[in-house]
Amino acid sequence: MNPNLLHQLYNLSPVALVGIAIFIFLRARQTPLWGEAFRRLARNPSARTAMAVIGIYATIGLADSVGWYDAATQERRTVIDAIFERKPERTYSAPLAEMTTGEAKPQKIREKHILGTDSIGADVFYRTLKGVRTAFQIGGMTVLIVTPLALLLGLTAGYYGKWRDDVITYIYTVLSSVPGILLQIAMVLVLGKGIIQICLALGITRWVGLCRMVRGETIKHREREYVRSAKALGVTDMVILVRHILPNLLPVVIISTTLGFSNLVLSEAILSYLGVGVPDNVGSWGNMIDAARDELARDPVIWWNLTAATGAITGLALSLNLFGDALRDAVDPRLRS
Amino acid sequence: MLRFVLRRLLQAIPTLLGVLTLTWFLFFGTASAESIARRNLSSKDPTPAQVQGWIKEHGYDQPPVVQLRKATVDMLMFKFGKSDATKEDIWERIRQGAGPSIMVSSTIFIGTVLGAVLVAVLAAAFRGTYIDKTTTILCVIMMSVVYTVYVIGGQYFLSKQLRYGPIWGFDPASGLFKYILVPSAIGFAAGIATEIRLYRTFLLDEISQDYVRTARAKGVSETRILAQHVLKNALIPIITNTVAVIPGLILGGLLLENFFGIPGLGSYLFEALGSNDFSVVRAMVFLGTLLYIFGLIMTDIAYAIVDPRVRID
Repeated sequence: MNPNLLHQLYNLSPVALVGIAIFIFLRARQTPLWGEAFRRLARNPSARTAMAVIGIYATIGLADSVGWYDAATQERRTVIDAIFERKPERTYSAPLAEMTTGEAKPQKIREKHILGTDSIGADVFYRTLKGVRTAFQIGGMTVLIVTPLALLLGLTAGYYGKWRDDVITYIYTVLSSVPGILLQIAMVLVLGKGIIQICLALGITRWVGLCRMVRGETIKHREREYVRSAKALGVTDMVILVRHILPNLLPVVIISTTLGFSNLVLSEAILSYLGVGVPDNVGSWGNMIDAARDELARDPVIWWNLTAATGAITGLALSLNLFGDALRDAVDPRLRS
Repeated sequence: MLRFVLRRLLQAIPTLLGVLTLTWFLFFGTASAESIARRNLSSKDPTPAQVQGWIKEHGYDQPPVVQLRKATVDMLMFKFGKSDATKEDIWERIRQGAGPSIMVSSTIFIGTVLGAVLVAVLAAAFRGTYIDKTTTILCVIMMSVVYTVYVIGGQYFLSKQLRYGPIWGFDPASGLFKYILVPSAIGFAAGIATEIRLYRTFLLDEISQDYVRTARAKGVSETRILAQHVLKNALIPIITNTVAVIPGLILGGLLLENFFGIPGLGSYLFEALGSNDFSVVRAMVFLGTLLYIFGLIMTDIAYAIVDPRVRID
């Protein structure tokens, strides 16, 4: 197959993602609960700022997903690569400096770098931008593992009870007894390095909290009148679960997913530090922070690499946290902390 | 009370067995005997005869059920065996490392819980004012910073610039305090925000209860309401949640000890990660789990003591 065609087809995935997001948003806006929630969110200034920041990050991530086959390097080049990639310098250079740093004889550098360059002379700003897509991939894929798993098992355990409940409760008691970070390390060691492996490891350890919550809520709803009357009318269990109970759980699930997402972004950096992070050829804030261990000990101090990565990761996590909090307040004022 | 404790201990057994089975499958059940042998044999390119000999010697030619049973019994008897990479006795290293780890993590634990209660009470006392709002925003910001940035930045500013403690090393003979101060301060800063937010919610939940309104109507001062009535009742959810700090302490140990050269369990695990030392990682996962389950049981007991509404039997 023509490699270029393959890369063009690959471009459909970000387009599809945006399409699905817009579709879900428009559908949700028509329901009274979410329509009202969106109106409240739009009135909240901190939520508006957070959404704008998340939007910027998402745009960068999407731009880094649209690309084409580059015949010269035989690799995929994305829009971000085309705009922001700079020719490597010899080694470190401070932001907007004209000479390199950390060499016995500083050399003149080719062009200005807004956030300087790192040890191999790569542009720090470009590397920071490349981290966005990885962060979204890890957060997004893990959420795609966690949420369906937690919903399926939580609803089953809560609704049917009896032996199903016992089995599922036992499984998550065992999983949650192992401190999360240890299980994640163990799983990455066994599965190997890579984004998908990290998502699996994070997913396996993260579904327990949500599952526990879904199970508890389902038990509450199981005894409510609307479920009983549906049962009396002969509605099947499947329909009761999906059409009647699930919509009632969605606010809780969506809020915990948003807040969990920011935690996942942070986890990537911690795993990188422990040596079980994403591979070196993928852009990663974790790897940049990891590199700063030695850079702060140098003289002159190389601070820009750490600052750029920290700023990027904190900005995303903070916006997600603020947005999650605002969403919780907007969806259910009773949950207001 | 004894019956309650015994029952809780018995309940922990199936969980522990589940964890042991899980880790066995993770590390040994999914790998072929040959790959385990290659992982453990010291020479880079072992001959087939060496590999077969190793497999026979270590019992990996036996059926999986027998292997699982042996591995489980060994773990439960705390027979961790020898490290794959360095051939050291794992149990010996754990005994040496426990001391420094406990010193650092207990300091962080006590500091975090006490500090968080204090700040949360302040925020609850001034709820709705700028003090409360600033605290809330600061907490969200602090929660959004990665632990590793606290560690790297904290060492740079506290140890290197301000010289509050040594950058690297651990020598209790020459003054324990200075070696623990900076790592503890970093662990404290990294963990406290989540706790403050949580405790503040617990306190506000209590403040909106009817008994507080009654006390107010009877003219009890706001300080006394907070200190004597609200805090006492809020302590129940706070105590049940202290066990949630343990995973954070384990993570802290992993990151801090390695970075400050404290020869604790975290450093040991970090080294094992670097050399793909599965037997050490497995022993540490087991120990971590044991600690967590123990914490959960202690919490339940504390809960039963603190809250008279919880019936023990």
